[in-house]
Amino acid sequence: MVDTKIPPGTAADGPAGAAGGRAGQPAAPVKGSRRAWATAASGRTAALLVSPTLLVLTIVVLYPTIMALRESLYGPKGLDPKTGFISTTEPFVGLQNYADIFGAAGDRFWNAFWNTTFFTVVTVGLETLIGVAMALIMHRAFSGRALIRASILIPWAVPTAISGLLWRWIFNSNGVANAILGHQVLWTTEGFHAKVAVIIAEVWKTSPFIGLLVLAGLQVIPKEVYEAARIDGAGPLGQFRRITLPLVKPALLVAVLFRCLDALRMFDLPYILVGAQKNSVETLSMLAQNEASNVRFGPAAAYAVILFLYVFLIALGFVRLLGADVVGDGGSPRKKKSNSKRRRALGPDSAEVSA
Amino acid sequence: MNARTTRALQCSAALVAAGLTLTACGSSGGGSSSGQSQSPSFEGRGPITYAAGKDSSGVVQKVIDSWNKLHPKEKVTFIQLPTDADSQRQQMIQNAETKSDAYTVLSLDVVWTSEFAAHQWVDKLPEKQFPLDEMLKPVVETAKYRDGLYAVPASSDGGVLYYRTDLLKKAGVTEAPTTWAEMKTACAKVKKLPEAEDMSCYAGQLQKYEGLTVNFSEAVNSAGGVVTDANGKPNVDTPEAKKGLDFLVDSVKDGTIPKEAITYQEEDGRQAFQDGKLIFLRNWPYVYSLAQKSQVAGKFAVAPLPGLNGPGSSSLGGHNLALSSFAKNKATALDFMKFFSSQDSASTFLKDASLAPPYQALYDDQALVKQYPYLPVLKKSILNAVPRPRVVQYGDVSSAIQQETYAALTGDKSSAQALKDLQEDLQKSAAE
Repeated sequence: MVDTKIPPGTAADGPAGAAGGRAGQPAAPVKGSRRAWATAASGRTAALLVSPTLLVLTIVVLYPTIMALRESLYGPKGLDPKTGFISTTEPFVGLQNYADIFGAAGDRFWNAFWNTTFFTVVTVGLETLIGVAMALIMHRAFSGRALIRASILIPWAVPTAISGLLWRWIFNSNGVANAILGHQVLWTTEGFHAKVAVIIAEVWKTSPFIGLLVLAGLQVIPKEVYEAARIDGAGPLGQFRRITLPLVKPALLVAVLFRCLDALRMFDLPYILVGAQKNSVETLSMLAQNEASNVRFGPAAAYAVILFLYVFLIALGFVRLLGADVVGDGGSPRKKKSNSKRRRALGPDSAEVSA
Repeated sequence: MNARTTRALQCSAALVAAGLTLTACGSSGGGSSSGQSQSPSFEGRGPITYAAGKDSSGVVQKVIDSWNKLHPKEKVTFIQLPTDADSQRQQMIQNAETKSDAYTVLSLDVVWTSEFAAHQWVDKLPEKQFPLDEMLKPVVETAKYRDGLYAVPASSDGGVLYYRTDLLKKAGVTEAPTTWAEMKTACAKVKKLPEAEDMSCYAGQLQKYEGLTVNFSEAVNSAGGVVTDANGKPNVDTPEAKKGLDFLVDSVKDGTIPKEAITYQEEDGRQAFQDGKLIFLRNWPYVYSLAQKSQVAGKFAVAPLPGLNGPGSSSLGGHNLALSSFAKNKATALDFMKFFSSQDSASTFLKDASLAPPYQALYDDQALVKQYPYLPVLKKSILNAVPRPRVVQYGDVSSAIQQETYAALTGDKSSAQALKDLQEDLQKSAAE
């Protein structure tokens, strides 16, 4: 079960794994400290109350993660040339699946790894710029603002698989994109233009998301701050750089973190828009899925575990960055706030994955 | 249950199902008359399931219903899997890996037989109990792995050449081309007509997906080459295979195949043909009835695929029935497979869903030919067909073919280099 569900699991592992760790850690000290000052009875009640949560987390998070880790230590089943049958057991190969990445067979992995990284950096970068611009526009008071806000949400509301189909139609050889360009680009073939197609579709879909989160951040900035700035003679650019950006930064960083985690596990958009097994757009999730569908669960699990670690590291880095920054310009009360934000940052994401 | 009762049941079931004559019934029973006693593993009677891709025409349920009416204690439940082949395969593998008995009879794509047989996910079948000698030989071959029968052909499919009769006639070409050179000459003549100025000559399915494997194999086989030899050993680094690949690569280069055709799947090509952009199109028979409803209706016909020195070879499509190794009630399953793959069922599938039958006799049935004028061409196509590589790691073989062929088509590699690299890749996956 674990092995065949690797592609979605890959994504789920990242944030969900982190969630498991968080839930596990507090449980132990609480138990220990309780025992120091409370009666054994209340300790038992606590254990009783926490146990359903722990049980559920064990079943839905811990067990699949451990199974995936275990699976990644096994190689593909071999074919017996005499009988023509595949052996029934998988050979234990230790860390061979991981070591293979650095060998001759690693080309495809590294290609997928760099594609994943490239897509994440480029799409999140563009989305941030466009999203902030969208938020600034939406923040202005004008008639029909509610309508604009609602319509900006539409791309985000469309399921990725559907928007993949939509853009495949646009990037068809006789599609709208080529009609506008007046030049035939074969978007869904191999090459840099395939990457461009994926980036355009992805940015279209997810910029509104950053826009909305930043808009929420903008709306809590008190008007008085701007009034004071105007009195001090700051121009619009100065106001943006000195006031808007620093004050909206916590919200913006959360949005960017969300998007990074999402982009790292990108699967359905390139898969549907350009196609499976296209080197130019193959991401790590697609590679893991492809290996699993060719009944090589070991390497597939290994790729998934690496992607999990990659996502985990990026998330960790962000959370650290987020905490450090807020400490830098605020005090300890702010830090607390950022912590709760951090939880929220991971919470909805893991919920989305398991859904 | 002894063979006679089985036959009687099968016969009566077939009668109800398709309402065919007694002679047809006699012939379908004849195949199993020489059958030996059932092998001991096919035991148990009771309800079973049939797992196949989504049934858009409803005919599968209809045939199953007629079985259920006759076998109230051995009911078959139809489990509909997703439409696309990859997810069907994935679900079946998942079912097998967990040794689940949820699926009894599986509808396998013809290229999966080796994989499922080698993993022992499906049972070896008693060959003599099925009327294999009444079926087209290449179709039966797709159901075999290492000389054992692991599946029974249920439906077949072959590639055919669609061409614009109106334009060819106007340009003075009276017969459909049988070679690539003839096709190019015909195109040159047609393109001189004012109404065909903007048309392209030919297209198939050249996007990087399974369709490319099909089209590449056809080109190689039609030029006298092989992808894998009779023992499953890859052999593509040959002059013949190069001539086949060169046909595709050079045609894209010189514009015989339009540049955009390297993004075509089945439907894109059909659309282009129906829009009057193509003079020749390689596609499956399903296009026929749809094109009859388009603006090219009555202006096109079908012919066997052309080749290098004469008619070419198609790749085979279609589906086979296999019996899951982990299923229960295998005696019922075997009977159901006989019923479902019988000539009467095949004729129902042809009439209601225009699925190409595996049985020779149906292609010569004049009433059917009248309804489906492409049947004789399709029969020729299937008889000349070569199955796609019959290897255990078909997924890897197919992606290697797609990888190298696409590199040659987009001009990233010369066709000689692509074939050399392909040979290496295929040898690697054959060794695993």
